[in-house]
Amino acid sequence: MSDIIKLTTPLSEEVVASLKSGDQVRISGELYTARDAAHKRLVDLLDQGKPLPFDIKGAVIYYVGPSPAKPGRVVGSAGPTTSYRMDAYAERLMEVGMKGMIGKGKRAPDVVEAMMKHKAVYFAAIGGAAALIARSIKSVEVVAYEDLGPEAVRRMVVEDFQAVVINDIQGADLYQMGQEKYRIA
Amino acid sequence: MREIDVSQITEAVARMSQSANTDLGQDVIQAFERGLRTEESDTGKAIFKALIQNAMIARDEKVPMCQDTGFAVVFVELGQDAHLVGGSLEAAINEGVRLGYEEGYLRKSICDPFTRANTRDNTPAVVITEIVDGDKIKLTMAPKGGGSENMARVTMLTPSGGKKAVMDFIVQRCQEAGSNPCPPVIVGAAVGGTPEKAAILAKKSLLRPVGAPSPDPELAQMEQELLTRINNLGMGPQGLGGRNYALAVHLEKHPCHIATLPLAVQICCHASRHKEITL
Repeated sequence: MSDIIKLTTPLSEEVVASLKSGDQVRISGELYTARDAAHKRLVDLLDQGKPLPFDIKGAVIYYVGPSPAKPGRVVGSAGPTTSYRMDAYAERLMEVGMKGMIGKGKRAPDVVEAMMKHKAVYFAAIGGAAALIARSIKSVEVVAYEDLGPEAVRRMVVEDFQAVVINDIQGADLYQMGQEKYRIA
Repeated sequence: MREIDVSQITEAVARMSQSANTDLGQDVIQAFERGLRTEESDTGKAIFKALIQNAMIARDEKVPMCQDTGFAVVFVELGQDAHLVGGSLEAAINEGVRLGYEEGYLRKSICDPFTRANTRDNTPAVVITEIVDGDKIKLTMAPKGGGSENMARVTMLTPSGGKKAVMDFIVQRCQEAGSNPCPPVIVGAAVGGTPEKAAILAKKSLLRPVGAPSPDPELAQMEQELLTRINNLGMGPQGLGGRNYALAVHLEKHPCHIATLPLAVQICCHASRHKEITL
């Protein structure tokens, strides 16, 4: 396995350009959470020419809807949700400065192309390892759309959040690379 | 005739909503350990280790193993000599789900299909009831996450396609599902019946201990062959490449109409959760 790369958000274009599919990363700093319903609202705001509820420049969006926090904890369990449901919205957010997405599962070819064009990367975290992942989340606050419950937009401060680069800005795809290596015809 | 007060059902469902989501079955953990031993990919091994650690944290701290605490699917086997008193069965189950998800700090994931407005208490449950012999009631709570649920398919094959068409479809379904349903997965499939019968049988097959073969030798052999074919695709844990995409294939069969060959495939993520109780 490759060396572990430490990243701090927001991500600069130089840092994004240096990442390669297969790189193991540990992310620290702020992540913004959004899934299906929140993405629809964010893109609706852009369509109306209105500002987003958080600064998207260099931002990393984590596709997650955490379980409720038990008393005395900052967050419940919080693993990634499947990313393809956000494919329809991803390019609009890249156009306005989003630099990273964290989820699980393959992205559509047009999203991979948009990542090359707008210089953004897609990371995967381990789907279903939600109790373990929660340990790297240090604080959480709702930023927008509280009515959406688990789907609200939250600002999460994370420390050494474990992820792997799936798609880099060269258009490489770790899922494809990994599977080809182990396929038995 | 034996009387069972539905308040017992509510209490059992509430308790199982929590235990199913926090306490992963030993059969699944053993399947992870087997996967860790047989996996060739370093990334795949690291994923198995993380999943074992995740299951331990969830059990010890009583937190959900996955943030998606699922649709509450409840299988009921109701003895025909049992008499439920004190209210309706469905209402009692839904009350159990409401209490269990609230008290257990579990995520409420159920919404209107069009407005997407959340029902805010994870109800209604999907209740699948079978009337059986005896005077007891058996309840199985099987919360099912949305990510793997989205990979389910029901298809009506042509009878001339036979076993080959059935097996090809299941393998292809896994290939298309890829990294989406949180592999390592358990593949449940059922052939025959009607479309809705096949879907229920496939879902129910996921309740078997992971890798327990079908008692029908022909189906058991197909399960083994399917497991090999699926894992030879090389998708591996999380779809990142490796030997263990599927932990097991569970196949069921039921007689069908002379004109049909129904097939249902229900893929379950590695958080294969279910708890049961007999009252």
